[in-house]
Amino acid sequence: MQTTTGRSTELARLAQQFRLEVLDVLHKKGTGHWGGASSVADLLTHLYFERMNIRPDDPKWEERDRLVLSKGHASAMLYTVLAHRGYFPVEEVQTFRDLNSRLQGHPCMNKTAGVEMSTGALGHGISVGLGMSLASQLSGKNFWSYVITGEGCLDEGQSWEGIMAAAKFKPKKLALLVDYNKVQLDGAASEIMPLDPLDEKFRAFGWRVAPKVYDGHNHDEIAEAFTWLDSEEAGPSVMIFRTHKGKGVSFMEDNHKWHGAPIDDETYAKARPELEAGLAKLEAK
Amino acid sequence: MATAKVSDKQVSMRDAFGQALVEIGKTKPELVVLDADVSSSTKTGLFGAAYPDRFFNVGVAEANMTDVAAGLATCGYRPVISTFALFLALKCTDQIRNVICYNNLPVVIVAGYGGLSDSFDGASHQALTDIAIMRALPNMRVVVAADGREAEEALKEALEHDGPTYIRISRNPAPLLEIDEPFKTGKGRILREGKDCTIATAGVPVPMALEAAEKLAAEGISAEVLELHTIKPVDTDLLKKSVGKTGAVVSAEEHNIYGGIGGAVAEALSRSTPAPMEYVGVADTFTESGPYDTLLTKYGISVEAITEAVKKAVKRKA
Repeated sequence: MQTTTGRSTELARLAQQFRLEVLDVLHKKGTGHWGGASSVADLLTHLYFERMNIRPDDPKWEERDRLVLSKGHASAMLYTVLAHRGYFPVEEVQTFRDLNSRLQGHPCMNKTAGVEMSTGALGHGISVGLGMSLASQLSGKNFWSYVITGEGCLDEGQSWEGIMAAAKFKPKKLALLVDYNKVQLDGAASEIMPLDPLDEKFRAFGWRVAPKVYDGHNHDEIAEAFTWLDSEEAGPSVMIFRTHKGKGVSFMEDNHKWHGAPIDDETYAKARPELEAGLAKLEAK
Repeated sequence: MATAKVSDKQVSMRDAFGQALVEIGKTKPELVVLDADVSSSTKTGLFGAAYPDRFFNVGVAEANMTDVAAGLATCGYRPVISTFALFLALKCTDQIRNVICYNNLPVVIVAGYGGLSDSFDGASHQALTDIAIMRALPNMRVVVAADGREAEEALKEALEHDGPTYIRISRNPAPLLEIDEPFKTGKGRILREGKDCTIATAGVPVPMALEAAEKLAAEGISAEVLELHTIKPVDTDLLKKSVGKTGAVVSAEEHNIYGGIGGAVAEALSRSTPAPMEYVGVADTFTESGPYDTLLTKYGISVEAITEAVKKAVKRKA
């Protein structure tokens, strides 16, 4: 077991706080996707608060790093992270999925500052990220293009078209992060559409594959993944992160039912104290 | 009104398109071109040979091509994507709708081998639903070129437009049209004036419509030929003006009679200028292999079909 640094604890605390806020807003709205949002919380927090070269006060800065959240149903988490990072007021997250809100059910790049690509229909992210990374290379601006997919995106045939094409064009600064929670909408990925051995698939497709599957809820390990990413300039690169759908609430974890089910009052009353306790534990560290 | 003459000079739209890309590439460093393993057919290969760094052949993976172009467009590039019309409209509908149109990205979609022009390859390669699909996508502009010059002009304008454009071109050599009124996306052109019936047309049937009008004149029927190269946004004002005068309209297109130019014309006129209307096009059926000219005739796209439709429409006038 690695020693957790202060910074990692701080990032874990932020991610947990964002989970709490997302649970609150999904409960209040009675709509939205808790499972995938809680699963990707640490990855998004790490990217926006530690890793990415961005200017929230100048969201269209040309040399910024790009992030495409291909699993757009985790929008509530993306909005919460973007708001706390300064792209728009945190209170605005309360308008999630409201009529006339800038915060659409799935991310929309023309409505929300910081959203680099509208997503929702699965399978687009790798191709779009590839296009961005080719632009980075052609223009010499040298920014990173990060793409986050879950299992659903990797079920889509287009993802593999993009994976093949990326291996052909070899953009140096394209990185795919797989939020590998192994649970889909209808059930476990092993039942719905098995993807393992995923790392071997990427290797066979000609990608640079991280040497291990990282714990996507441990910020030391997420940092380790990025250290690996930076150790060589030979993209495209993929990092697989083992995560848990519904992370932070014991009875929701790894349960496909919580992919997109509304959080009713009873569920909320049971779930929130668990997230609070998790947060208190991190704050005590 | 413009004057229009069908010249003897034959040029294929795809050759004109390929050469135009090379020419524009000289002064437009942000132009990038993507193709899906048909660059020798679509002629984007000419651009690829001239500017290999800005050309991406993605293999037979059209959906990926479309979204890669979208990614490039978000970073300031001006992508042109090209393959056969059938594949663009059907294999990439999700990408064109959810990524290009939803985000209003300036990607130019140049659809080669439009209509029946991939004649010998048969129904699997013939694009007769693309206009209907593209027309139903918000933010999309839809242009159907009638000759090499229009293909080039439409491309140039599309590359200056801050949003997507679908340009349908054709495979085979076709006569160059000598039209004195300049091409402008969104503006129709009256190619021949008439008073009894309007023929609203675009693409390969344009010379047919001009010939039909000539024949009809000999029979005492005065047909007005309106070229609607831009199906979306359609030039409603010109349509209303023309049909308001003639009192009857015939649409003539290389497409299913449902959802294409006929649909656009009917929608534009029904509210303000309803008139007897007849439709020339493929009658909602799958087509087959064969020589282009005879295939067009068999499936209802010919001078004779237009002539007959005009007579019918005129007869229906009160």
